[in-house]
Amino acid sequence: MNVVVCVKQIPDPATPYKLEEGTSWLIRPEDQVLDDTDRYGVEMGLQLAQESEGTVTLVSMGPTGNAQGIRQALAMGADRAIMIEDDGLRGSDALTTARVLAAAISSEAFDLVITGTESTDGYSGVVPQMIAELLGAPALTYATKVEVGDGVVTIHRQTAAGYDVVTSSTPAVVSVTAGVVEPRYPTFKGIMDAKKKPIENKTMSDLGVENRLAQEVAKITNAPEREAGRRIEDEGDAHTEIVALLEDRKVI
Amino acid sequence: MRSIYIDDDLEAIRLNVRDFVEREILPNVETWEAERAVPRELLNEMGKLGFFGLRIPEEYGGIGLGHVASLLFAEELGRCTSGGTAITAVVHTDLATPYVTNFGLREQKEHFLPKFASGEMITAIGVTESDAGSDVQAIRTVARPDGDGWVINGSKMFITNGGFADVVFIAAKTNPEVKGSRGISIFAVEKGTEGFSASRAIDKMGWHASDTAELVLADVWVPQTNLIGEENQGFYYIMHNFQNERLAVMGLALGEAQKALELTVAYVKERKAFGKPLWDKQAVRHRLAMRQAEVDAGRELAYKAAWMMDQGMDAVREVSEVKAFVGEVDNRVMYDCVQFHGGMGFAAESIIERMYRDARIASIGGGATEVMLDYAAKRL
Ligand SMILES: Cc1cc2nc3c(=O)[nH]c(=O)nc-3n(C[C@H](O)[C@H](O)[C@H](O)COP(=O)(O)OP(=O)(O)OC[C@H]3O[C@@H](n4cnc5c(N)ncnc54)[C@H](O)[C@@H]3O)c2cc1C
Repeated sequence: MNVVVCVKQIPDPATPYKLEEGTSWLIRPEDQVLDDTDRYGVEMGLQLAQESEGTVTLVSMGPTGNAQGIRQALAMGADRAIMIEDDGLRGSDALTTARVLAAAISSEAFDLVITGTESTDGYSGVVPQMIAELLGAPALTYATKVEVGDGVVTIHRQTAAGYDVVTSSTPAVVSVTAGVVEPRYPTFKGIMDAKKKPIENKTMSDLGVENRLAQEVAKITNAPEREAGRRIEDEGDAHTEIVALLEDRKVI
Repeated sequence: MRSIYIDDDLEAIRLNVRDFVEREILPNVETWEAERAVPRELLNEMGKLGFFGLRIPEEYGGIGLGHVASLLFAEELGRCTSGGTAITAVVHTDLATPYVTNFGLREQKEHFLPKFASGEMITAIGVTESDAGSDVQAIRTVARPDGDGWVINGSKMFITNGGFADVVFIAAKTNPEVKGSRGISIFAVEKGTEGFSASRAIDKMGWHASDTAELVLADVWVPQTNLIGEENQGFYYIMHNFQNERLAVMGLALGEAQKALELTVAYVKERKAFGKPLWDKQAVRHRLAMRQAEVDAGRELAYKAAWMMDQGMDAVREVSEVKAFVGEVDNRVMYDCVQFHGGMGFAAESIIERMYRDARIASIGGGATEVMLDYAAKRL
């Protein structure tokens, strides 16, 4: 089976993010890294494709830079990558991103599109569902387990209480959570071979998509500082108070 | 910004090793320090991922990169906060296996290198003896010809990985009549060879996860095929490989110093005294900024030296400067990092206490600062 995995390059989370004056858009350096949450999608794709001697194609939108993040995914074993970079896409919102990705994916023969649940630098969390809608394919989201049979895909969909079992026909779009599979480390040889793998660059006009910007960043503020913890003195009934607190936060 | 000596391939390798260190090593180092050993499974996993093939040519199962790659690899491992864990791997990749990679005969390369690259065989290097450290020519271990092989007698001291290595490269005198520099050869001695044993594990101030052994060779017979490269060329091989070794161990020192500074900057920004974070005290900030400047300077000099070696240039002066400078910087960094951790820095439960102990060897092992400054001074 052939799998398309949507992946994103993001600025290294270990270094402080910088925002552009005026627009508040994230400044993206030459060196970006593979979004950590995408490693799970890549691994899932590799496992499913390897079972059936299929291929894994990466699709990514955003400034290519030196393609370091994409090469991380290629080094894990993906076969090729399609990268969509266009100045006109700067500041694009979730819907534009989904349009671009869906347009790139639609020219591929695929059985499954795998995505993460949300990107670490954007956090909109709606792109996978939008891609599915645009492709006219079923969306199976928040998968903690994925199994593919003859023309069907079955997932465990994470819920607050446990999981639902969801089945659909393929082709389909599946968003996977961190932990769906244990991502492999690329080998050094894989890293050296990754640069020989094809990366196809596309623009908006290649895909026939426009950026109809429908959002503007109004304001960015720092997250409130975490409040100090609370100390519960035990006079024999502390446990009931702790249980109540945990229940309140839906931990138990 | 990345150094001008680091290309995209190397940066990709750096990311990979950093990731591995953070996920697979850092969460376990306390256990390994307490157990006084790293598990063989860790080494097997590193082998599987190709870590040990970094310097081994492609035809023998590696990726054949150069000195800059070694430095970068060691630097990333050095960030694992357990010097003993890091040195276990680096002794194999950069102190021991180069004897075969650089000087082995074709059959020796074919026999050993694929196993070294995969981690099936882990190696050690046995030069130092109880009465010969800085002065390599003074070694007393002797090998004399015997049939189609050699019989080796003597002992070795402070041999990293010595207690468990599958192969130890032993420096022995093969011509006691001439000056040491012209009468030493290197032998591959495999674990389990009769007469060859580790007589004890040496308890140390730091590097607790590293195995440091005293080795005994009592009438150890090895075949001629185990004499690495050419007879009586051993001293030259050792001096050549020392350049790579020194850069690699200073890679570790740079990595650990950088990590310690990062931990300490984060700590002093959190820790409050007199109503404000310690970071607000100029005396604290400036000391840490100066230590960072020294680490940055040491790193650039180290990369330059590694790059020169990759170009085939003589870099003995630069390497000696790096060994002398970075070994001392590492210790200064740890001194200040403990200082600004206060009582916690002295407590065995803090990471920085371990890093302080681990750093002490940086100015001694692989060439003491004073010896290195003599090498550098000779070339001024
Ligand atoms: C934990 C550990 C691991 C080691 N691993 C290995 C290994 O795997 N393989 C191996 O072969 N060896 C290994 N060694 C040995 C190490 O390389 C030596 O300890 C080092 O070379 C110093 O030699 P020495 O201990 O005999 O000190 P000495 O030669 O006795 O020197 C003692 C001190 O005297 C001073 N000094 C020496 N010479 C001069 C000079 N010319 N001018 C001025 N001052 C001088 C220096 O300050 C030096 O530190 C290891 C050592 C340790 C502690």
